[in-house]
Amino acid sequence: MKLRRSMLFLPGAKAGMLSTAFVYKPDCVMFDLEDAVSLREKDSARLMVFHILRSHVYQGIETVVRINPLNTPHGLKDLEAAVRAGADVIRLPKTDSASDIQELDAQVERIERECGRVIGSTKLLAAIESASGVINAVSIATASKRMIGIALAGFDYVIDMQSQRGDKAEPELFYARCAVLHAARAAGIDAFDVVYSDVNDDAGFLKEVELIRHLGFNGKSLIHPRQIDLLHNAYAPTVKEVSYARRVIEAAEKAEREGVGVIALDGKMIDAPIVCHAQRVLQRAEASGVRR
Amino acid sequence: MEKEQIHHLIQKLSAQCPDLGSLRPFAGVDGNNPHGNDPQQTRQRKLCATLEEAIQRTGLQDGMTISFHHAFREGDKVINMVVDTLARMGFRNLTLASSSLLTANAPLVEHIKNGVITQIYTSGLRGKLADAISHGLMKAPVQIHSHGGRVHLLQTGEVKVDVAFLAVSSSDVFGNANGTRGKSPCGSLGYAKVDAQFAHQVVLLTDTIVDFPNTPISISQDRVDYVVKIDEVGDVSRISLGAARTTNDPRELLIARHAADVIESSGYFKQGFSLQTGSGASSIAATRFLETKMVNSGITARFALGGITSSIVELHEKGLIDILVDTQSFDSAAAESLAKSASHLEVSANEYANPSSKGAFCDYLDVVILSALEIDTGFNVNVITGSDGVVRGASGGHCDVAATAGLTIVVAPLIRGRIPTVVKRVTTLVTPGESVDVLVTDHGIAVNPARPELDTRLREAGLPVMTIEELYQRAVGLTGVPDPIQFTDRIVGVIRYRDGSVIDVVRQVKE
Repeated sequence: MKLRRSMLFLPGAKAGMLSTAFVYKPDCVMFDLEDAVSLREKDSARLMVFHILRSHVYQGIETVVRINPLNTPHGLKDLEAAVRAGADVIRLPKTDSASDIQELDAQVERIERECGRVIGSTKLLAAIESASGVINAVSIATASKRMIGIALAGFDYVIDMQSQRGDKAEPELFYARCAVLHAARAAGIDAFDVVYSDVNDDAGFLKEVELIRHLGFNGKSLIHPRQIDLLHNAYAPTVKEVSYARRVIEAAEKAEREGVGVIALDGKMIDAPIVCHAQRVLQRAEASGVRR
Repeated sequence: MEKEQIHHLIQKLSAQCPDLGSLRPFAGVDGNNPHGNDPQQTRQRKLCATLEEAIQRTGLQDGMTISFHHAFREGDKVINMVVDTLARMGFRNLTLASSSLLTANAPLVEHIKNGVITQIYTSGLRGKLADAISHGLMKAPVQIHSHGGRVHLLQTGEVKVDVAFLAVSSSDVFGNANGTRGKSPCGSLGYAKVDAQFAHQVVLLTDTIVDFPNTPISISQDRVDYVVKIDEVGDVSRISLGAARTTNDPRELLIARHAADVIESSGYFKQGFSLQTGSGASSIAATRFLETKMVNSGITARFALGGITSSIVELHEKGLIDILVDTQSFDSAAAESLAKSASHLEVSANEYANPSSKGAFCDYLDVVILSALEIDTGFNVNVITGSDGVVRGASGGHCDVAATAGLTIVVAPLIRGRIPTVVKRVTTLVTPGESVDVLVTDHGIAVNPARPELDTRLREAGLPVMTIEELYQRAVGLTGVPDPIQFTDRIVGVIRYRDGSVIDVVRQVKE
C-alpha cells in the first residue's frame, strides 16, 4: 500500500520551487507542465522538469508529471521528456473517456520501449474535469493496468456543469466526488480530491479535508507546501485508533500463529477488511505520528 | 560664624591634616549649588526649547563622541535628525556610537562624506549606509560589537560617550523617562539605560512631556542633563520591519517546526526552562510550534529573554512563560505588555548580556534560537556580511547568548536563492562554532560534534540528523560551489567579540 495523501503541485517553470520543494516531504509531487505554465515557457519548463527528475533530490517522493493533453502541440513532447527522465506517474488532464487513457498507454509503452525503461513501470493518473469524465469514471479507472488513481479537478468541472464554486460547503462537487471515488474503489486504485485554493484559510481547508477523509479519498491535490503538514496531521490517526489498530494486528497475528480461522477481539469477530484498515492506520501513524 | 573665622579654621585644619586637600568655606544656601535655588529655574532648567540649544548647553566639541540607541529600529526619527542638526551647526569629526544602525539611517552617508561623522561604533549596519561602508566610504573601519560587548567597551573606556542623545516615548521636564508611555511607545529602553549610565552628558528627546514625576522610571532624572521636546521620536509601526518579522513562508515554518522538535528532544525542555528567540522569522515562528509542545506536556518556562516579540508575549499571557526579561521590544504587542504586566521586566544591555557585568541574564539561559547569514562546517556563524560580501546585518546579542546558553540552535535555510548558507568557511566570523550546538535547516539538522549526547538524543527522537559536512555537500550539490567573493585588502570593519577582542575584519568589496 503506497501512501498517497498529499500531491503537491509545482509549476514546471519555477526553478526556485523545483529545486527546494522536496524538503516538505509530500507523498507525491506533481510537476505541472500544463495550466501553471504559460505558452512561452512550455519548452523551458519541460527541460527543467526533465532535469529535476534525473537528479536524486526527490528520492523517496513519488514523482508525477502533469502533461499537456495529447491533442495539443506540447502533449507528446511532455510525455517523451517525462517518461525518459523516469517520472513515476503521468497525470493526464481533461480525461473524458477510456480512449484518452488507452491512447496515452500506447504512447507510454512505445517510449518505454524506445528508451529501455521497464515496460509498465510508468504509472498513469487520470484527472477528471468534465461531466463526461465523471460519467465515464469507471471505464477510465479500468482503462489501463498502469492506472494508479483518478483525481477530480474542480475548476473545469463546475464550469462544464454550468455551476460555480460557491460557499465552502461545495454541494456542486458532491456527485462528482462520490462518482470518482466509487470508480476508484471499484477499480482498486486511489482517489484524489480537488485543490483548495485559498491558501490562507487553514480552517476552511481542514473542513474540506475532514469531508473528503470521511468520504474515503486517499488524499488531495495541494497548491501550497503549508497545506502538507495540515493534511498529514488530519489524516493521522488518533492515539486511540492506533492502539486499537495494534490490538487488531496482534489478534490477527495470534490467530494466524494458532491456525485459527476466525479472529476475535473483545468478543467481537474481526474480518479481513478490518485488519486491512488497521494496517492502513498504522501506516499513517508511521508516516506522520498520531494526530496532534 | 564670620567668613574670616571659617577661613582661619580651614587653614588650621589643613595644617593638622594635610591629606584632606582643599576645603571650601560655606558660602550661603545657594553659594555652592550649581543650579541655584530659584524653584522655577531649578525645576525647568533641563528643558531646552530646541535641540540646538541642548547641543550648545552640552558643550559638545568637534572630535567628541555622541551616542544613540536603536529601540525604534526602522521607525527611528532621532538619529538622523540629531546628526542633521549637528551638521547644520558645523560640527566635524564626531564619533557616532549607536547601539545599532538600520536601513533608515541611510542619510548618515552624506554626513560621513561631509566629515561630520568620521568613526562609527555599532552592532549592525543595513541598507545604503552598510553598502557605502562596504565599498570604502569611511577612512576608519567601523567597529562592530555585540549588545553585551558594547557595554563592555563603555566600561573599559574604549568608547567614552561625551553626549548621549536618547529618544524616549515619554519624559517629565526633569528627565524621568520611559518607553511605555506617550504617543510613540517603543517598549524597553534596555540600550538607552546603558548610555544614560555611561555618557558624560545625557540629552533626552521626546514627543510627550508628562507631569512630574513620570512613571515608571526607566531612565532616572539623576542621569539626565537636558530634555528636548520634538514633534515625533519614532514611528512605532516600523519597529517590527526588517529583522523582526513573522512569516507564512512554508520553508521558514518547516525550519521553525524542526527547531521546536530539537528543543523538545534536547534534554533542555524541562519544567522551568528559559528561552530566547532571536529576531529572525524562523526563530520567531518556532515559538508557535513550541507552544503546542508546552501545552501538551504541561511544561512551562521560567523566563524568556532578549528581544521580546508578540509571539513570546502570547505565551506569557497564556501562562506558559512566567517572566519576560526585555532588553528590546520588537513590536507594539511587546511594548504594551511591558507597560501592563508586572512580570514583564525591562533590563539594560548590561543586565542582559555584558560578559563583564556583575550579573547578566544570558548566563542563566537554557535555550536560544538564532539566525545566520552563513554557517560553516566548523559551526562558525556570520550574521554580518551577505553573499556579496557587503555588510547587511547585525551582531546583536548573537555571540553573547550563544556563548552562555545551554543549547544554542542556529536556524537557516540551506540555500538562499542560488547561494548556499552552509559553507566551508564563513565570510565573516561573528560567533565562534564552539558556542553553537545545533544547526537546523530545511534539509536536515546537524549537531556540533562537541555535543555527542545531543546528537544521540535527536537521532533517537527520529529527527532528520545529518552531519554538517553532509548538509554542505547537499547544498553545493544543488547550487555548485560559488565563486569566492572578491575583496580588496582594505579593512572597512572590525568585528569585536563580546569581550572586546578582535575576532575578524570586514574588507572592502572589489568594484
